[in-house]
Order: sequence, then structure tokens, then C-alpha cells
Amino acid sequence: MSSENILVKLDKAGLKQNNKWLVKGVTLQVEKGKIVTLIGPNGSGKSTTAKIALGIYKNIDGNVEKYTKKVGYVPQKISIDWTLPLRVNDFMLLTENLKDDEINNALSLTGVVHLKNKNLGTLSGGEFQRVLLARAISKKPDLLVLDEPVQGVDFTGEIALYELIKDISEKLNCGILLISHDLHTVMSATDHVVCLNGHVCCSGSPKDVARNNEYKALFGEQASQTLSLYEHKHDHTHDHDGEIKKN
Amino acid sequence: MFDDFFIRALVAGIGVAIVTGPLGCFVVWRRLSYFGDTLAHSALLGVTMAYSFQFNIAISVFLISSLIALILIKLQKRTNLPGDALLGLLAHSSLAVGLVVIGFLTFIRFDIMGLLFGDILAVNVTDLLIIWFGGGLILLVLKIIWKPLFASTVNYELAEAEGLNPDRAKAIFTILMAALIAISIKMVGLLLITGMLIIPAAMARNLSDSPFKMVLFSIIGGLLSVLIGLFSSLEFNTPSGPSIIAAALFLFILSLFRIKQSIQLKN
Repeated sequence: MSSENILVKLDKAGLKQNNKWLVKGVTLQVEKGKIVTLIGPNGSGKSTTAKIALGIYKNIDGNVEKYTKKVGYVPQKISIDWTLPLRVNDFMLLTENLKDDEINNALSLTGVVHLKNKNLGTLSGGEFQRVLLARAISKKPDLLVLDEPVQGVDFTGEIALYELIKDISEKLNCGILLISHDLHTVMSATDHVVCLNGHVCCSGSPKDVARNNEYKALFGEQASQTLSLYEHKHDHTHDHDGEIKKN
Repeated sequence: MFDDFFIRALVAGIGVAIVTGPLGCFVVWRRLSYFGDTLAHSALLGVTMAYSFQFNIAISVFLISSLIALILIKLQKRTNLPGDALLGLLAHSSLAVGLVVIGFLTFIRFDIMGLLFGDILAVNVTDLLIIWFGGGLILLVLKIIWKPLFASTVNYELAEAEGLNPDRAKAIFTILMAALIAISIKMVGLLLITGMLIIPAAMARNLSDSPFKMVLFSIIGGLLSVLIGLFSSLEFNTPSGPSIIAAALFLFILSLFRIKQSIQLKN
């Protein structure tokens, strides 16, 4: 892979807060059209690593270089204060001046175009998650950073959204840094897995990671089998109500 | 036309209300009301400086308030004191130091009530120019930084991640706050400026479902408060600043009925 395809590169990056390392010595890179997935237990530094990659933290250890400014971000949690009246439409326009049909298009992709004029405070967790994802992809970014993008989404929706994410990475040729707990659905689409536990415990293709002993120790034998199980090519997609469409 | 003190007061009040509307929304959204208080209290020091060195009050207040804001931002990073305690410390000590300095300046006669609560009689044509040109400039800058400032108000990390530079927008907004206090101190007085920022914005929240509407209603609320306040001040011979704030409170209470109605409709 030539270096001009690299979107963001972390070199032994880490963050220390109040004399405690949140994450240490992470080396990874995200390239155009590739999906890199961060996995690891709670508190293993997945979100911190994503934020380091995004340049949110200023006093980091090591190096991070971002080669694009067109970034879409779905944070793990976001709370909108009551004092701020914000409709879905206003939220879509937050960081980018989009045309109306661009907004509609992105919202339809995640299946929430009917919520366009609803207040953000009235949405359910899953609906809000779909709006967050729509906002991140609407600006056609080079780099998408998705921190548990389908949390709270119903099961069929979850599968459809992961398919959508994979689809977007191919169509826009954008690189995706994905954080997920869901080994089942993610692994089929992932090009590179980084397993974190305060540091990089192992990394490589889903197959390599599944065979790794440290990974087995962290997630158990069961997870290892799950991961290997999902190394197969998909020959179909699902639309929003879960119907199967052959490719 | 500007010979009449009442016309001057109206023109000044309208100018101030147009600027406090949008800034007040950000004060409410970003939970900066105590921060606004701190800047306003420090304005008293600015006034004493102006009198001591025969300097323009608005410019002097702007400089001192900006300075206090910078000190505050530095201190916030270096101390373990909680934010509100730090703000209280600066707010009351700068007010106290300002009053002590006034005590030393025995050769100047101060209208302390006017400083604290506003004085329409004191508004002259120069003040009008400062309010309208300064206010226009504040709104222009606010329009320029609107996107990063608003995005970081919704979520700082999102704004930072997507390259909007929220820290710069925040610093510029702080300076705009200092500028607003400088131009409005004669109108409502330094104890009540924050009220002029918050109350119309809070009223507007009760009537709005989008940020744009909230800014618009906040401006309208501020304008109505100035009109009602000044006319009743003339009618009942009450102090101008408190009358404007009381009028704003009255409008806020009216807006609560709207909320009640919409809650009942939902049930």
C-alpha cells in the first residue's frame, strides 16, 4: 500500500492523565477504502485511541499524523442540553453546509428521514444513533471514525447499518476506524483488527487475531471461534427490514 | 432628534438588545451566566481606570474585562478550585477592589447607583455611536465564528475532530462578551447586564424549537423589555436598568404559560 493512501497514522501514541496511562504505545494506520476495527474490554482505551487519531487530545505521547481534513465522527456518547433546541435538520448542518437533498439522502440511508424535523431530545437511543451516523457520512468524509455506531439499534437495523458502513467505505473510498464490541457482525467487514488492553495486545487480519493467544486470554476460546467463523465472503446484503438481497 | 434624553436612551437600548439577544443564547447554552457576572463585576475596575486616567469608559471597561477573562482562563487551567468558586472569587474581589479604588478617588464624584444599575440620563451621542458601531462589530464577528462556536456548544469533541478549531472560537467569544459589557454598562449597569443576557434568552427557549428561532425570539424579547422598561421608567420615575430587567422577567413569566399549554397538549 503506497503512503499516499494513508489517512491517519499513529506511531507509539499514548495518553497519560493524572499519572495514569489511559492507553500506551499504539501504532496503527487507516488507509483509504479500508476498515480498521478496535476491539477490547471496557476501559481498554478504545475511545481514547480514536480521539488521539482525531487530534482531540493535545498532550499526547508519541506521534499522530492526520493527512485529511474531511473527517466524520460518531462519538460514543453525546448529550444535548435541554436549553438548546435542536432539530435533526439543525444537527445535520452542524459542521458542514449541506444542501437539503444531501441531508435527505444521508438520513434515508440510515432510515430516519421521517425524523428530519423532530427535536433531538425526543428521539430514542437507536434513532439518535442513526442520526449521528447519517450526520457523519453526509459530508462524504475521507476518514470516518465510528465509536460504537450501532449501540441501542435493533438487531435487524444493526446488520443493515454495518452493511451500510461497509458499503460507504467502498463507495466513497474512505477509511474507517471502527470501535465495536460486536465481534459477530463486524469481523466479516473488517480488513484489520487491533485488539487493545491499555496497549496493543495484538493486531492483524481478523484471522490472525483470532489465532493469537493473548486475544484468546482476553476474550476466551468462544470469541476466538466466533471470529474465525465469520471469515467468509458475503454474497448478499440486507435492506432496512432485514430482507435479503443477492449481490 | 438625539437632543431628547429619552430618545437617546431608546436608541441605545434597542442597540444593546439586538446584541444581547444572540450572545445571551450562547450564555444560556454554554452555562456562562456566572462567567458573565464575573466579567461585568470586573467592569467597575475598568470604570475607575477610565476616571483616573481621563479615558473613554467603554474602551477602558473592554480592556479590563478582557484582561480578567484571560486571567480566568489561565487560572482555570492551573488551580484545583471548582469553576464556580473561582468565578465567585474573581467576581466579588474585582467588585470590591473597584469600590475600594473609588473610595480613594475622593476628588471625583461617582454616581455609584448609576454604575451598578444603569443611568439613561448619562447616555450621550458618543455612547450611541459606541453602542451601534461596537454592537455591529460584535454581531459581525459572532456571525463569522458562528459555525465553530455553535458546533462546539453542541459537542466540543465533534467540533474539534471535524476540524472547526473550537478553542479559537471560544477565545473570540470571550472577547465579544467583554465588548458587550463595555457597550452596555451605561444602559443597564454592571449588576444587571447578565440579566439582560439570560432572561430574554430563557424566555425565547420556552417559545422555540430551533436555535435560529431562539436567537430571533431572544432579540425580540430584549427589544420589548427595553421598550416596556424605559417607558415605565419614564412613567413611574423608576431606575432604567431595573425597570428593563423587570420587564424581561414579566415576559419570561408570560412565556411559561406557553410551555404549560404545550405540555397539556402532549398529555
